[in-house]
Amino acid sequence: MRYFPHTDEDIREMLQEIGLESLDALFADIPKDCRRARELELPSPLTEWELNAHMDTLAAHMAVSPEYKIFLGAGSYNHFIPEVVRQLLLRGEFFTAYTPYQPEISQGTLQAIYEYQTLTTRLLGMDVANASMYDGASALAEALLMAIRLTKRKKVAVSRLVHPFYRQVVQTYLTASGYEIVELPFLENGATDLSGLDGVTECAAVAIQSPNFFGCIEDLESQGKAVHTDMKTLFVVAFSEPLAYGLLKSPGARGADIACGEGQSLGIPQSFGGPGLGMFATKQEFVRNMPGRLVGQTTDKNGRRGFVLTLATREQHIRRERATSNICSNHGLCALASTMYMACVGGTGIRELARLNHDKAEYLKKGLRDVGATIPFEAPIFNEFLVRFPAGFKEVHSRLLKKKIVAGLDICTFYPELPDHYLLCATETNTREDMDALIEEVGSWKNH
Amino acid sequence: MEESLGATGLVFNEPLLWEKGRKGRSGFSMPASDVDPFPLDEKFAGEGPDFPDLSELDVVRHFTRLSHWNFGVDSGMYPLGSCTMKYNPKTNERQASLRGIAAAHPLLPVHLSQGVLRMMFDLEHCLAEITGLPAVTLQPAAGAHGELTGMMIVRAFHRDAGSARSKILIPDTAHGTNPASAALCGFTPVSVKSDEQGVLSPEYVASVMDEDTAGIMVTNPNTLGLFEENIREIADIVHAKGGLVYVDGANMNAVMGIVNMGDVGVDIMHLNLHKTFSTPHGGGGPGSGPVCVREDLKPFLPVPRVVKEGDQYGLSQDFPRSIGKLQAFYGNVGVLVKAYSYILSMGKELKKASQLAVLNANYLRKKLTGVFHLPYDRPCMHECVFSDKMQEQYKVTTLDMAKRLMDYGFHPPTIYFPLVVHGAIMIEPTESESKETLDLFIEACKTIAEEAEKDPAVLFEAPTKPKARRMNETEAARKPCLAG
Repeated sequence: MRYFPHTDEDIREMLQEIGLESLDALFADIPKDCRRARELELPSPLTEWELNAHMDTLAAHMAVSPEYKIFLGAGSYNHFIPEVVRQLLLRGEFFTAYTPYQPEISQGTLQAIYEYQTLTTRLLGMDVANASMYDGASALAEALLMAIRLTKRKKVAVSRLVHPFYRQVVQTYLTASGYEIVELPFLENGATDLSGLDGVTECAAVAIQSPNFFGCIEDLESQGKAVHTDMKTLFVVAFSEPLAYGLLKSPGARGADIACGEGQSLGIPQSFGGPGLGMFATKQEFVRNMPGRLVGQTTDKNGRRGFVLTLATREQHIRRERATSNICSNHGLCALASTMYMACVGGTGIRELARLNHDKAEYLKKGLRDVGATIPFEAPIFNEFLVRFPAGFKEVHSRLLKKKIVAGLDICTFYPELPDHYLLCATETNTREDMDALIEEVGSWKNH
Repeated sequence: MEESLGATGLVFNEPLLWEKGRKGRSGFSMPASDVDPFPLDEKFAGEGPDFPDLSELDVVRHFTRLSHWNFGVDSGMYPLGSCTMKYNPKTNERQASLRGIAAAHPLLPVHLSQGVLRMMFDLEHCLAEITGLPAVTLQPAAGAHGELTGMMIVRAFHRDAGSARSKILIPDTAHGTNPASAALCGFTPVSVKSDEQGVLSPEYVASVMDEDTAGIMVTNPNTLGLFEENIREIADIVHAKGGLVYVDGANMNAVMGIVNMGDVGVDIMHLNLHKTFSTPHGGGGPGSGPVCVREDLKPFLPVPRVVKEGDQYGLSQDFPRSIGKLQAFYGNVGVLVKAYSYILSMGKELKKASQLAVLNANYLRKKLTGVFHLPYDRPCMHECVFSDKMQEQYKVTTLDMAKRLMDYGFHPPTIYFPLVVHGAIMIEPTESESKETLDLFIEACKTIAEEAEKDPAVLFEAPTKPKARRMNETEAARKPCLAG
């Protein structure tokens, strides 16, 4: 096995040094009745070349762009990733290192994470960001738990337009700890209806996603003001598409106390849903209650700038059961990828790219409306939107799959009151030609 | 030492990203717009974030220079105890970046996602075989996430049986994440002392186990690198009071193919694919923390679950007693692929990996006895724990010696953990290291021990070879500067 450096002679010499006869003897401390009764039953080892062939076969049984024309987002977005990001990420000094516990030989990781934290605060308009969490859903759950700890209240309100999967994760985290979740309904224009808060008191936090699951941009400013009529309640802004903040006012600028969500769009492959990047940012005043690792700037013995993991007294390895979270490994490499991506795209580029996403989605939306599909919600959008097709579209959707076109996501599993509603997405990767082809398919079906 | 591994050479200074660049540069191949611009409501339009504008080469040089300041397994021996810093095979990265996998959307119909679903199904099967626990979820994103999942299952199991138990037993040798994970599920951790042999005593467990205790969380092998030899008896005690046995499998690299956890009475256990199964640690993740359970706990596993009907794979939500969802989609698939590739490359050789990991640790233990103090003088599993007791007389600490190891070209071991050993030095060489490398490491340790005696000032100044010297951590915490 090429991963083992030991020759038979090495093994003999080492055993002799230890004073043992055989490799088996190394396990003498494990009682007989704890030993496996039989050998592992696993497939025979594959050579590197056999593994390549096997994995190529598996990969061939997947539908991906550009072969497939995919108009689907819903929490996982297809964006171009510069080759620079992929190659730099493979530098072994980054990806074979562990959490930077020894700062003198981890300055690469530490400075990059400090840069990630900084770019994140700039994107979201917040004061401080942590070194990352698992994904958007768990980041939201952690945000709500943080609000519960801060306010000592036991209830949170979450918009029904927060990604259904994020809400499920929140449910899992909060019911395990015995907290209550109030769901806020939505308005006719596709935005959250805050009147759902009427009569609800003592909320630790109100969570709204923008752009929301329907793709609509929420009016965070007025919502923030409404939430803050109770001074203690935290306004949590979630997101699944951070690229939107290249174009939109940031959550911080609209009064968010915590901004958190999924960063996959920023240079991370979709990989069937994970690993993603849990982005998490808050105000300076809450920093000591924040979950997750933090990198801070300091100086070394020679007075030179350097970076360390800091404020560790919030964390599990010191505070144990009183920690701000149980998180240990985060998604450091994904945070690094997003830093590289944000550096490539730049301030000028992210605006242009965000605008391109917005314009493409508006083009597709208009095109579908022109051939008779209904746009049920009128609130402005970023790169996703909801369409109501006439009953019977399900069959068309399946037929289009055979033509290698994925015409969005049927959302009736999540919103049974919205049959025939499909969530569609267009990014910089979807060409006008492909969008026209989809529009034409829908139009020709409608006319029959 | 004749010539140490550690050397100095040309590295570069490199400013922060926003200290470089010029407005108007770009490192991104921007597609031209092929649609008309569409106005956005002024009310929502912002100015965009204040990011620097850099050229492609600016970005490449920036991160290449940063990478030179880092130490990884690819650079040298990284004997970080409890973290299993084994070699991360390059071929695994190839597999995870195959377009069919890396570009796969998680919400496509299952008939268009058969490749990845099959991979997940097969990986679950392999992990079940390795642990002896038949049902597996791949959803948890890291070890601590797996612990949380496990604790939620414990809670759900008792609720289902109509009892809400409030306590959980956690040995003093446990990872810090264990009590934090238990607390998130509303359990009160009860600390269990390990005995003078460094393991749990059944008598002690029996004295604290009661009917208000949901179960026990045991790290096995434990953080002293010792197999909890009384695990069967402890499991019987906990089971007799209706509790469950959770094993933190962070140290599974010691016992693959040697111990069947299901057979010894373990009900639930998590694995760290980024330790035992060779996926890279990535400077702090992403990891993956699958949870394996005994058959009757399967209904509580997170949804959706990968299922197979005939020769088709699917995703099923139909598990009404499930604890729910732990992350938005199905787990860190990009990491799962790497672990799966590793298992397929290794097959039955996984047992050999454990044997060689334990061989390496015992070789170090033997050769370093007398150089450092060995608080538990008995054969170890995959790691061994020393302390700075012998160097105390020279006012030299574990930290000083750890820092000095860098100068000799080694990543330091885990230090000051486990907490039960004062000034702990926890060394886990893994099976990846050759005898020659171990011998160099031993030599470096001996030299450092001599320096401690004869010239301790060298150690207080260490490290001197890396680009950065010891950091002022107090200043960092007192006046946090977390963003530029």
